[in-house]
Amino acid sequence: MSASSPERLAPDNAGGLMWEPAAESLPTHQLGELQIQRLRTMLENAYANVPFYRKKLDAAGVKPGDVSCHGDLADLPFTTKIDLRDHYPFGMFARPRDQIVRVHASSGTTGNPTTVGYTRADIDTWGDLIARTLAAGGVKPGDLLQNAYGYGLFTGGLGLHFGAERLGCTVVPISGGNTERQLKIMRDFGATALSCTPSYAMYLGDAARDRGLRPEDLPIRVGFHGAEPWTNELRLQIEAGLGIDALDIYGLSEMGGPGVAFECLCKAGMHINEDHYIAEIIDPETLRPLPEGEVGELVFTTLSREAQPLIRYRTRDLCSIISAPCACGRTSVRMSKPIGRSDDMLIIRGVNVFPSQIEEVLMSIPEIEPHYQIVVDRKGYLDVIEVWVEVGEDLFAETMGDLERFQRRVQAQIYNVLNIQAAVKLKEPKTIQRSEGKAVRVVDRRKGL
Amino acid sequence: MKVTQLTVFLENRSGRLAEVADLLGNAGINIRGFSTTEAAEYGIVRLIVTDPEKGRALLHNAGFTTHFSQVICVRVPDEPGGLARVLDQVADAGSSIDYMYSISFQNICFAVRDIDRAIELLADKVTLLTDEEVRAL
Repeated sequence: MSASSPERLAPDNAGGLMWEPAAESLPTHQLGELQIQRLRTMLENAYANVPFYRKKLDAAGVKPGDVSCHGDLADLPFTTKIDLRDHYPFGMFARPRDQIVRVHASSGTTGNPTTVGYTRADIDTWGDLIARTLAAGGVKPGDLLQNAYGYGLFTGGLGLHFGAERLGCTVVPISGGNTERQLKIMRDFGATALSCTPSYAMYLGDAARDRGLRPEDLPIRVGFHGAEPWTNELRLQIEAGLGIDALDIYGLSEMGGPGVAFECLCKAGMHINEDHYIAEIIDPETLRPLPEGEVGELVFTTLSREAQPLIRYRTRDLCSIISAPCACGRTSVRMSKPIGRSDDMLIIRGVNVFPSQIEEVLMSIPEIEPHYQIVVDRKGYLDVIEVWVEVGEDLFAETMGDLERFQRRVQAQIYNVLNIQAAVKLKEPKTIQRSEGKAVRVVDRRKGL
Repeated sequence: MKVTQLTVFLENRSGRLAEVADLLGNAGINIRGFSTTEAAEYGIVRLIVTDPEKGRALLHNAGFTTHFSQVICVRVPDEPGGLARVLDQVADAGSSIDYMYSISFQNICFAVRDIDRAIELLADKVTLLTDEEVRAL
């Protein structure tokens, strides 16, 4: 059977398609058995081929063959980004370099980047996982995907690219940026699907509107947006701006990139590809597993990756897991949108604040433009937080009194939700930094104090 | 008798007002009168211009947030008690004034932080008026 043969596709119950129907709707008990069997193979691989893991597992007193149920996961050691940095560049690989067909790397803003290696089989699996992702949005062979994720060391560009080709799409590897060309090619080529960060999707919608294009002038019908956290309110704005279904996708380079979890058209959480990853939610302080449904740090264990098996990798993303069955018919559990990261939670005068909470407040106020920035600083011994918003023509009225009343209204709403006093700063349109990659939503000037 | 006024939102950044005046001037639009309101971080500029529609489109395309509103313009006799008579009539009509400024200007006055330095730098670039010259206008 060829990779893109359409008989592989089956409709789901939400208007999308399943790329691997048997695996995606595997009965839960069978899925559990498959996970344990793959977990043992994975641990054998890690133990035999990665000295770091051999040491860790020996210290924990665990032999790969001992693992017989999900409860045994809690005995396994964690892996962190620091471990990956310490073994830069290839120290975490479980295969000799001549079997590694590709290496990606994360954007290391400080110190060494973290690297991720793939065998031929890893690349194939990754393609299937992205094909599942795209198919869930109704994309099928013959669709044209405009892939506006950055190409390069970042996993987004090539990840989506190979997956779309595997599904049988026509891929336009336009990469990020050059908005004028994006809009031209989208219309000239008749792109039916778009992949890019959510902030860039928002930006494209704005740019289309500025050029007098209506959503119905754009042929795309579905978008796949990940690599940065975003809210449901932003989803509605992207969908209105481009006239599409905007779906969230989740991945991280350490897990091989996008394709770890994806939304179906129910848009009610992201289906975790549980036949390839085991997810856990832990308390980031005590490191103990949390009861189902609670928000905590997401931890992943790879099940099928040959080149770079990772055991209980701490993602730092905070979310919850939903195990109730989804209407689409997939049997996998779903993860909620991450509400923040355990390491980017802001503590403002002792109050825990996630930037996503501020975004939700802002997006609930219709006059506010979707671009904002949160600036945290320290004046004397006090933390101060500013929220910068742009004054568009929907908001701008005649008098200073109107603007001041608006500032007070936003401040009051932020206070109601977060219990912090934020100063709302009004800025001219298009002066808050736009991103063509990951949006910079938070500037913390307290760092280094 | 309503007159269209063009209002612009500006952040307090050096040179922003000059940009507005440049854009209008380069397009041949004359400013017949204007006022600014002050706040710590942003302000509103109100303008009466010869072509408000074109002026607004120009500023909008340059990324400024703009607004149209309707105002009343009145001729004021240039003599002692001239303004008082007009304001008395407005008060008698029961209208309260939200804001007011003078138009058809040839001279402007403004305040800056360091007045001595500003005068020194401007002296040979614009026509500055002395206290006596202003009284004698």
